[in-house]
Amino acid sequence: MMEKGKSRQTREQSGSSAMREVFGKPSSLKDVPTHFCSGCGHGIVHRIIAEVVDELGIRERLVGISPVGCAVLGYEYWDFDVSEAAHGRTPAVATGMKRARPDLIIFTYQGDGDLAAIGTAELIHVANRGENITVIFVNNGVYGMTGGQMAPTTLEGQITATTPAGRTLEGCGAPLKIPEMIAPFPGTKYLARTALNNPKNIITAKRSIKKAFQCQIDNIGFSLVEILSPCPTYWRVSPLDALKWIKEKMMPYFPLGEIKTPN
Amino acid sequence: MTKKVLMCGNDAMSEAAVRAGCRFYFGYPITPQNEVAAYMSRRMPEVGGTFIQAESEIAAINMVFGAAAVGARAMTSSSSPGISLKQEGISYLCGCELPAVIANVVRGGPGLGSIGPSQADYFQATRGGGHGDYRTIALAPSTVQEVVDLTYISFELADKYRNPVLILSDGILGQMMEPAVLPDFADGDQPPKEWTLTGAKSRSPNVIRSLYLDVDLLEKFNFKLQEKFQQMEREETRFEEVNMSDTQVVVVAYGSVARICRSAVRRLREAGEKVGLFRPITVWPFPYEALARAAEKARVLLAVEMSMGQMVEDVRLAVAGSKPVSFFGRVGGCVMTVEEVVREVKKLLEEAA
Repeated sequence: MMEKGKSRQTREQSGSSAMREVFGKPSSLKDVPTHFCSGCGHGIVHRIIAEVVDELGIRERLVGISPVGCAVLGYEYWDFDVSEAAHGRTPAVATGMKRARPDLIIFTYQGDGDLAAIGTAELIHVANRGENITVIFVNNGVYGMTGGQMAPTTLEGQITATTPAGRTLEGCGAPLKIPEMIAPFPGTKYLARTALNNPKNIITAKRSIKKAFQCQIDNIGFSLVEILSPCPTYWRVSPLDALKWIKEKMMPYFPLGEIKTPN
Repeated sequence: MTKKVLMCGNDAMSEAAVRAGCRFYFGYPITPQNEVAAYMSRRMPEVGGTFIQAESEIAAINMVFGAAAVGARAMTSSSSPGISLKQEGISYLCGCELPAVIANVVRGGPGLGSIGPSQADYFQATRGGGHGDYRTIALAPSTVQEVVDLTYISFELADKYRNPVLILSDGILGQMMEPAVLPDFADGDQPPKEWTLTGAKSRSPNVIRSLYLDVDLLEKFNFKLQEKFQQMEREETRFEEVNMSDTQVVVVAYGSVARICRSAVRRLREAGEKVGLFRPITVWPFPYEALARAAEKARVLLAVEMSMGQMVEDVRLAVAGSKPVSFFGRVGGCVMTVEEVVREVKKLLEEAA
């Protein structure tokens, strides 16, 4: 993240001196503390989205849609237009917005419960219609807001509030691999899975988000970036161990990489 | 010269919406409202609008939400089971203060019910089928002309209050063809909407939300909504009275049933009976005061509905125990005849004599 965000503060401080700004808070991010638990990945994703928005210069024609779940309060942190949506309906709301105002850049920010459980129908169909929107899919394998219940992406054997003996494939099914599911649709154009377990992967996640937005800006079509994100609170591990968890438990099942890119 | 066109209620509703400036229609197939989606799929491209056949009624109402959030006039329609699916979205539209028009071409219920006409969604339309303290203006047309007129104003009402408006049609009105005069196309001077999400250019960001984790803030927001609903009650209550002077029996009916009751009242008047018709046009806000005044000199009221007795509860509230209120209904897609209504009124006249 060496590319600079344009910080108001840094700009003021630098004044007329010849100092070059190399790092600062993105102007699309408000200067407020977040409500997220320590070690949570949402703050990082919020920030890299804001950086991408600044770098692409799309803040003034951007509308974000926050999900029901931990990230519902996105508008407390992002300094651009944001709407809430009913749980899982985010892609349908995005469809209505983009069709009514194709000049706007529309993105949804969804957790695994919102996107892959209650909102699966909306996600599948927004992708299959090839709506020219961008989906940021934060996969931390649990329902955080409600107390750490099993999500559609909870790993086999993972203990949650509603799988006290660990998730079993029998009865619960296998964790859903969303980008792979929708990759065969002609309507999907850019699909990637990234992770927040180390700076290198965070930079890759940011690059993927940028590509996804660029895909929309260029009117190529539907883009989705899945981000494996830590939830130390409901994984019941330390923030540091949560990063190991991503690498050792999630990444073998959810392989990183670009699943589909525009030709 | 105003030219009349012959259209079924569902087609007429669609054309009236287009002429009111609706450019975004999102729907899902369900009988007996399929003509609306079919009409819109053809008509929207002609006027530079957008039609989407959504994956579900839930998706359709949320597409309406999205289009409304960025400032467009948007509409969806369905029939009873599909309207049940839209209730979540209607609650969110109210909570987020977004204008939208939702038409319910009511069919028999509960469950999958029948595809015959019904008025059994009255509670849902007037009490709110979704969660939370919200209200929606519910317009109940009685003729194809009124389908046109009420659909046309529904978009203005939705914008005026930043609140969804329901059109309560039914399987008869939707399918029946009648001549109607279509309104002119509304010109582009829709009220400015500073609250829409159009990109935070030269202004601070706009947010559309219904979440208030601070309970005091949510209470305040609810008080604000209530003020709006009270204004609707003051300014938007609509009704019609037929033969209401020296009336002994007040027949109360809305929608297509009011047509049947109008014929029954005419027949009874011709026979010298003092019978009148009171027809709510808005079933919410219900014309309580007007009905109470109309009932002052009457002996008895008769609510007639294609339900097991839903609007009758509002009739009782209107007269507040001062008059006896009787009920006659047919359900499940069955429609009462003029003769049946005449018989019910005569029974009341005899009992009162």
